[in-house]
Amino acid sequence: MDPECSQLLPALCAVLADPRQPVADDTCLEKLLDWFKTIADAGSSLLLLQENPCLVTLLCPVLKPQDLSPRVLAFLLRLAGILAAQEDCFQHLQQGDLLPRLFGEAGPLGGAAWTAPTVRSGWIQGLCSLTQHPSALCFLAHSGAVDTIFSLQGDSSLFVASAAGQLLVHILGLSMQAPAEGHPSLQPAHWPACAQKIVGHIEESLRATATPQVTQALNVLTTMFSHCHDPWTQVLWVHLSPLVACLLEKDPVPAAHSLVDLLLSVARSPVLSSSSCGLWDTLAQTLSRLRASQAGPLALGILKLQECPKALRAQAFAVLLQPLTCVLEATTQAPGLPGSSGPGLQCGVAAIGPVASSEACAGRGGDPTDGELPLAWPPGSVGGTADAPLTAGMLLPSKAACVGLLCQTLAHLELLQPLVSGAPACGGGGGAWPAPTLPLSQPQRPSPWPWAPLLSAAVTILRLCNGSATPTSDTGTHLCAFLAGCVRVQRAALDFLGTLSQGTGPQELVTQVFAILLEYLTSPDSSPTVLKKAFQATLQWLQSSPKPSGGGDLEPHAQLFLRELLPVLPKRLCSPCWDVRDSGLEFLTQTVRRWGGQAGFRHALLASEVPELTEQLLRDPESYVRASAVAAMGQLSSRGLHIIPASPGHPGAQQKSLLEELLHILSTDSEGFPRRAVMQVFTQWLRDSHADVAADTEHFVARVLRVASQDLDWEVRAQGLELALVFLEQTLGQPSSSCPYAMTPPAAAPPSLVAQALQPFCRVQLFDFAFRALFDCDRPVAQKSCDLLLFLRAKTASYSDQQGSSSGPDVASLEAALQRWQAGDQGQPLGDLEPEAVVAVLRSLDLEGLRGALAESSDHAEQSPLSLLQDMLATAGILGENEADCY
Amino acid sequence: MKLYCLSGHPTLPCNVLKFKSTTIMLDCGLDMTSTLNFLPLPLVQSPRLSNLPGWSLKDGNAFLDKTELIDLSTVDVILISNYHCMMALPYITEHTGFTGTVYATEPTVQIGRLLMEELVNFIERVPKAQSASLWKNKDIQRLLPSPLKDAVEVSTWRRCYTMQEVNSALSKIQLVGYSQKIELFGAVQVTPLSSGYALGSSNWIIQSHYEKVSYVSGSSLLTTHPQPMDQASLKNSDVLVLTGLTQIPTANPDGMVGEFCSNLALTVRNGGNVLVPCYPSGVIYDLLECLYQYIDSAGLSNIPFYFISPVANSSLEFSQIFAEWLCHNKQTKVYLPEPPFPHAELIQTNKLKHYPSLHGDFSSDFRQPCVVFTGHPSLRFGDVVHFMELWGKSSLNTVIFTEPDFSYLEALAPYQPLAMKCIYCPIDTRLNFIQVSKLLKEVQPLHVVCPEQYTQPPPAQSHRMDLMIDCQPPAMSYRRAEVLALPFKRRYEKIEIMPELADSLVPMEIKPGISLATVSAVLHTKDNKHVLQPPPRPAQPAGGKKRKRGSDDIPDCKVLKPLLSGSIPVEQFVQALEKHGFSDIKVEDTAKGHIVLLQEAETLIQIEEDSTHIICDNDEMLRVRLRDLVLKFLQKF
Repeated sequence: MDPECSQLLPALCAVLADPRQPVADDTCLEKLLDWFKTIADAGSSLLLLQENPCLVTLLCPVLKPQDLSPRVLAFLLRLAGILAAQEDCFQHLQQGDLLPRLFGEAGPLGGAAWTAPTVRSGWIQGLCSLTQHPSALCFLAHSGAVDTIFSLQGDSSLFVASAAGQLLVHILGLSMQAPAEGHPSLQPAHWPACAQKIVGHIEESLRATATPQVTQALNVLTTMFSHCHDPWTQVLWVHLSPLVACLLEKDPVPAAHSLVDLLLSVARSPVLSSSSCGLWDTLAQTLSRLRASQAGPLALGILKLQECPKALRAQAFAVLLQPLTCVLEATTQAPGLPGSSGPGLQCGVAAIGPVASSEACAGRGGDPTDGELPLAWPPGSVGGTADAPLTAGMLLPSKAACVGLLCQTLAHLELLQPLVSGAPACGGGGGAWPAPTLPLSQPQRPSPWPWAPLLSAAVTILRLCNGSATPTSDTGTHLCAFLAGCVRVQRAALDFLGTLSQGTGPQELVTQVFAILLEYLTSPDSSPTVLKKAFQATLQWLQSSPKPSGGGDLEPHAQLFLRELLPVLPKRLCSPCWDVRDSGLEFLTQTVRRWGGQAGFRHALLASEVPELTEQLLRDPESYVRASAVAAMGQLSSRGLHIIPASPGHPGAQQKSLLEELLHILSTDSEGFPRRAVMQVFTQWLRDSHADVAADTEHFVARVLRVASQDLDWEVRAQGLELALVFLEQTLGQPSSSCPYAMTPPAAAPPSLVAQALQPFCRVQLFDFAFRALFDCDRPVAQKSCDLLLFLRAKTASYSDQQGSSSGPDVASLEAALQRWQAGDQGQPLGDLEPEAVVAVLRSLDLEGLRGALAESSDHAEQSPLSLLQDMLATAGILGENEADCY
Repeated sequence: MKLYCLSGHPTLPCNVLKFKSTTIMLDCGLDMTSTLNFLPLPLVQSPRLSNLPGWSLKDGNAFLDKTELIDLSTVDVILISNYHCMMALPYITEHTGFTGTVYATEPTVQIGRLLMEELVNFIERVPKAQSASLWKNKDIQRLLPSPLKDAVEVSTWRRCYTMQEVNSALSKIQLVGYSQKIELFGAVQVTPLSSGYALGSSNWIIQSHYEKVSYVSGSSLLTTHPQPMDQASLKNSDVLVLTGLTQIPTANPDGMVGEFCSNLALTVRNGGNVLVPCYPSGVIYDLLECLYQYIDSAGLSNIPFYFISPVANSSLEFSQIFAEWLCHNKQTKVYLPEPPFPHAELIQTNKLKHYPSLHGDFSSDFRQPCVVFTGHPSLRFGDVVHFMELWGKSSLNTVIFTEPDFSYLEALAPYQPLAMKCIYCPIDTRLNFIQVSKLLKEVQPLHVVCPEQYTQPPPAQSHRMDLMIDCQPPAMSYRRAEVLALPFKRRYEKIEIMPELADSLVPMEIKPGISLATVSAVLHTKDNKHVLQPPPRPAQPAGGKKRKRGSDDIPDCKVLKPLLSGSIPVEQFVQALEKHGFSDIKVEDTAKGHIVLLQEAETLIQIEEDSTHIICDNDEMLRVRLRDLVLKFLQKF
C-alpha cells in the first residue's frame, strides 16, 4: 500500500465506523473493496492487517450492528471475507473471535439489520470470499451457516437468493476438493460431511412438492454443472438423475424452465459426455413431456450441442418444427384426412412426430435406422398426422399462447439458420424435413435444412397475419383470427424470412416470397416497425438472388420485383410517419449501393419519382430522416442517379448543386445526425473521386474542414479528420504502417517533393484543423488527430532529417500558438503556415506521449486509490476542498 | 317486446322497438346507394354525359325503402343516434301521419340539417326539364340494362325532399343532452350516451324499472374529435341492439390516413390536383387536422386547400362551437381560449379556403395544383361532378375516396374511361370486430341483437372468422322486413302503495324472512304509473239518500275471505274428527296426499298439498262442520 494511502486509511476507517458520518455512495464502497481485493491478491492480508490496525478496529463495531448503516455493515462483512480468504489471516481473525461474531449467530444474523437485503447479500458475499480453505469449511460447519444459506435460497430478494445458491455450489466444490487425492468415492455416502449435507438438502428439495423448492435445487445444480467439471460431478449426476427423472412423471412438470436449464448444462458438461448416465434418454423423455413453449428452448439447446445422438437431434428438431407444421397443415389442402393413413403419410408422421422419435431413441439406444426418417415431404401432402391435433391444441387455447409460441419458434429457428450446415445442402427442393446427420464436433444446424417447408411456413404465417391466407381447416380459421394484424408475429416472421434468404430452392417459392414482401410493402396497414422489417427482409432477398450467368444485370426475377417496388417507394417516402420515411430511405441507399450500376435498375429508378422525392427529404422536419436522405442522396449522386430537377414551381430559381446543398446542411442544420451523414458522404465522395469533388479537390477539402472545425458535435469533427486522412493518403500515398512486417523500409520521398506535397495541406488549412483537434476536449477526436499527425510525420521523416531542426521565427510563433491552444485558448487562428514550420513542429511535439496519455481511459487520473480515499474523506468533510471531484 | 327491422343496411339502420306500451323508432337512415344507378347531375351541361348512348338523363334521385311492416303513424318517438342516421327523417315525419316527437342531440340536429341542406341544394340547383317514372313499371324495368333491371323495389324509391319538408321535420325534434333522462309516457325512460363516433353521436338506453335495452349504433373507441364513448352505462342490459359497425373492418383508419396523406403529397408534388369526395362534416375535420400537421413536413405549405359545399362555412364554424361535445383535449383548448380544431388556423393563414359553390369567388381564386374537398361522395350530384369532368382526363390528378358508403368502382363507372388516378382509402372509425368483442366482454349484455351481416364473415372473405361478432350466447340476427320477438319476458311491474295504505298493512311472517300481508286497495293506473290507493269506505247503510252516481265509481267491496296457509297434519286431523264424534275413519295415501274416508257419513275428504276437498252428499251442515275442523289447522290472514 502506498504510504499516502496508509496515512489516509485511519481517518477513513474512523469515518466509516462513525454512524453519524454520512456514508459515501455505494460505488465508492465497491471501489474500496476492489482495492482491498487487489492488495490482498498481491500480498499477505495478515501483513495488511498488522500494518493497518485501524482495519481491525473498523471490523469491531460490527458487534453493535444496530449503530451502522446497512451499506457499511455489508461492506464490513465483505471486507472481512476478503481478508479471511487467506488462511493465516483467517486464523488471526478467528483468534480475535471476530469471525464468529461477524458471520455467526452473534452477528447481524437475525438482528434488526438482517432485514436489509444489502446486509444479507454482504453476509453471503463475505462467506463466499472466505470459503477458500479447509479451515473455512470447519468454521462453516461449526457456525451453522450452511443452514442459514439453505433458508436464504428462498429469500425475498432475488439477488440474495441467487447468491445463496451460488455460495452453496462454491462450498460443495471446495469440500469435494479437500479429499482430492484419488478418485471421488462413487458413493455420496462417503463424501465429506459438509458435501453430504448439501447434497442431502438438494435431494430433499427435489422431492418436495412445492415448486419453488424444486426450482432452487435445480438452479443450484445448474450452476454447479455449468461451472464445475470435476469427475465427482458425474457421480453426483448419476446419484441425482433418478430424482430429476421423477419430476418428469408429474403433471404438469414442475419448474420446467429450470429443469431445461439443468439438463442443458449437464449435457454441455465435458465430464458427462458419455451416454452411460442415461442423459440422452432423460432429454428425449423431457422433450416429449414438456409443453411446446417449454420444450422449444430445450430443443434449441439440444440442436446446439456439439455431440448428440442422431435420433435425439431428430426429435428435438421435430419439436421445434411442430408449430410450423401445424400452421402449414392448417392452410394446405390435405389429401389425407384424419384416419386415412397411407404408407407415405406414416413416413411423414415419423418425421414430425416427437413420440415416434422418442421411442426410437429410447428403444434402440439412440440409433434409429435411416429408413424410418422421411425422405420426401412435399408441402401440401401432409395431413392426418397423429400429432397435428396435439400441436393445434398448443397453438389454439388463446391468442397470447399462439402468438408467443410462434414468435419463440421463429426466433429459435432463426438462431439455427446461420449455423454451419452439416452436409452439402440438398437445397430443400424436394421440400423434405431433414434426416439428421452424424454428430460432428461443431454445433450444426440440422441437415438437410428443410429450407422449402420453412420458407413456405414463414410465407403462410405472413399471409395469415395480413388475412390473405385461405385456411382449409378449423385450426386454420382460428389461426387466422388470432394472427390477423398481429404486429409481433409479423416482425418475427419477417426476420425469419430474411435469414432464410441464404438458401436456394424452387423458383415458385421465391416468387411467393417476393409477392408477400411486396404485399407488405404496399399495404397501408403495415405498421412502421413491420415495414422496416419488410424492407430489411427484401434487401436480404434481393442481395441473395443469384446473378444471371451472363453477369451484368440483376436477375430478371428480382429486376421485375424492383420495378414493381419502385412505384411503392415514393408513397413510403411521403408517409406522415417519420420512421416509415426513414426506413424507405435506408432501403433506397442500400439498393443503390448494390445495384446502382445496373442498367435495368438505373432505368427504372430514373423513371420514378424517387430521386426527386429523396432530394426534397433533405429538408424533412425530422433529423433522422434528413440524415438518411443525405446518405441516400450521396449514394444516388455517386452513382450518377441524381438529376437536378427543372423545378416546376420556381422556373427562375437557381438550382443549387447537391454539393452546395449538403454544405448548407453541414453548416446550418441544428441536429447532429444530418451533419454527421454529410461528413460521411463527403468522405466517401473524396475516396471515390466524385465528379463534383474531383473538379477542385483542394477547394472542397478546405471548405469542408473549415465548417467541420466549427462543429459542436465531436463525431462531425472526428469525421472531418477522417476526410483529412483520406486527402493525405491520396496526396502522399498509403500509410506505411499498413504493412508493418514489410521487409523493405518505405522509400523516402525526396525532400523537395515532400515540401511540394505539403503545400496543398497548408492551403486547405488542414494543419490548423488537425492541431486544433489535437487539443480537442473530446478524446476520440484528439486520438484521431494524433494518429493523423503521426502518419504525416512518418511521411515527412526524410524531409525533416535533411532539413535538420529548424528554429525559424515561424516555428517559434507556431509553437507558442499551440501552447496557447493546449491551455484552452483556441481563439486565434494559426494563420498561413509554411511546410517547413509544420514539419519542425511535428518533430518537436511529443505525439507518442500524447497518444499514450489519450489511450488511458479518461478517468485514469481520478481512478487511483489515493484519489478514491481523498474523495470519500472529502465527502465526509474531513479534507477541505476536494480538487479531485470533477463529476 | 318486438323489434321491427325496416332497413337491411347495417350502417343505416331503421328499427322500431315495441316496448311496454311505447313504439320507438331507432334511427332512420337513408340508403342512397340507389343513386348509383343514375347518371351524374352535372352543374354545367356536359356533352359527354348527355351523349352517352342509350339512356339519357333520367329523373331525379330516388331513395328510401320503408316497408308496410308497421304503420309509421303509430310511432311514438324517434331516437336519432347520429346525423348520418337521420337523413330519411322528412320522409317519415311528413308523409306517414307521424305525430310523435324526435329526440336528438344539438350537434346531431345542426349537422344533420347541414347534410340535408346540402343534399337538397345539390339536387334542386340542377332542375330537370322532365321526369320519368313509367320505367318503374315492372314490365318495363325488366327490359332495362343491368344493373337497373336487377334493382329491387324501385317502386319505393322516392324523389328528394324539399327544404320546406326538412324544416318541418326538424321542427319536430326535441334537443337532449348526454345522460339526460327522458320519460316516455311514464312507461319507459330513454337516455342518450356519448358514442364517440361523431359530434353529438349517441347510443341510447331504453329502460323500464325492470328491463334495460341498449341501442348501440355507430360507436367509436378511437381518439378522434368527439367525446369518448360511454361504455360503463351500457352494463347490465337485457338486450343490446348492435348496429353501425365499421364498413371496412380490414382497413385500419391510421393506415388509411397515412395512405391518404402520402398519395395527396405525391400527386401535388407532381403538379397534379387532388379531389376528395366527402360529406361536409365528420371525417373531414380529422383529415384537415392531419393535413395541418403534415403539410409543413411534406413541403406542401403553398398548396391551396379548397372546401366547396353550400354548407362549408357553417360546418367549419359549427365544429368550433360545440365544445362540450368534443373530446377532452379539444375542450381544454376552448378555455385557453383557442379554437378546438386547427382548421381555424388553416383558414386564417389562407391555406384552407371554403366556398358555397363553384360559381362566384371560387372561380376567380382557383389556383392549381390544389386539393379540393367537395360532395357528394356518390359522385352523382354536387360540385364533385364538375371536378371529375374537369380533371378526369389527366393522369397527373388523383381522386381519393375516403367515405366508405359507396363502392368507388360503381361511383366511377359513368366517368370511364378515366385517366386520373383513383385511390381508395376508406376511413371508418366505427367499431371493428375486435373492439366489439372487447366491448361485449366489458358490458356483458344478456342478449345481443344485430343485423345478419355481422353474424357471418364477409362474403368475399369467408375464411375471416375474425370478421364477425363472436359472443355467448350467439347474437340474434335480423334482416330487412323481419319482426323479431326479443328473447325476454317482462315479469314484473312496479306499483306504488300510498302511505296510508301501507300503514294499515299488518305483515305476518310465514317463513323466516318472508312476511305476507293482504292488501285491499284500488289499483289506480294513469300515465303508465300504477298506484294502490286505500279502498273507499264501504257504503253507509244510510247511503240510500246519496246520489246513485257516487256509488257507481266505487267498486263492489265484497266481504273478504281470509287467505289460508299451512298444512294439515293427517293424524291430528283424524284425532280431531274422532273427538267430534266421527267414527269408522279410514285414511288412504294417494300420490298427492291423503284421502280421509268417513264411511258412515259417506263423505270423502281429499287433502292435497294446496287444496282440500270435502265431498259429501247434499249435507251442507256436515260440510260446514268439517270445513271448520279443517280451518282450525290452518293459519288465516
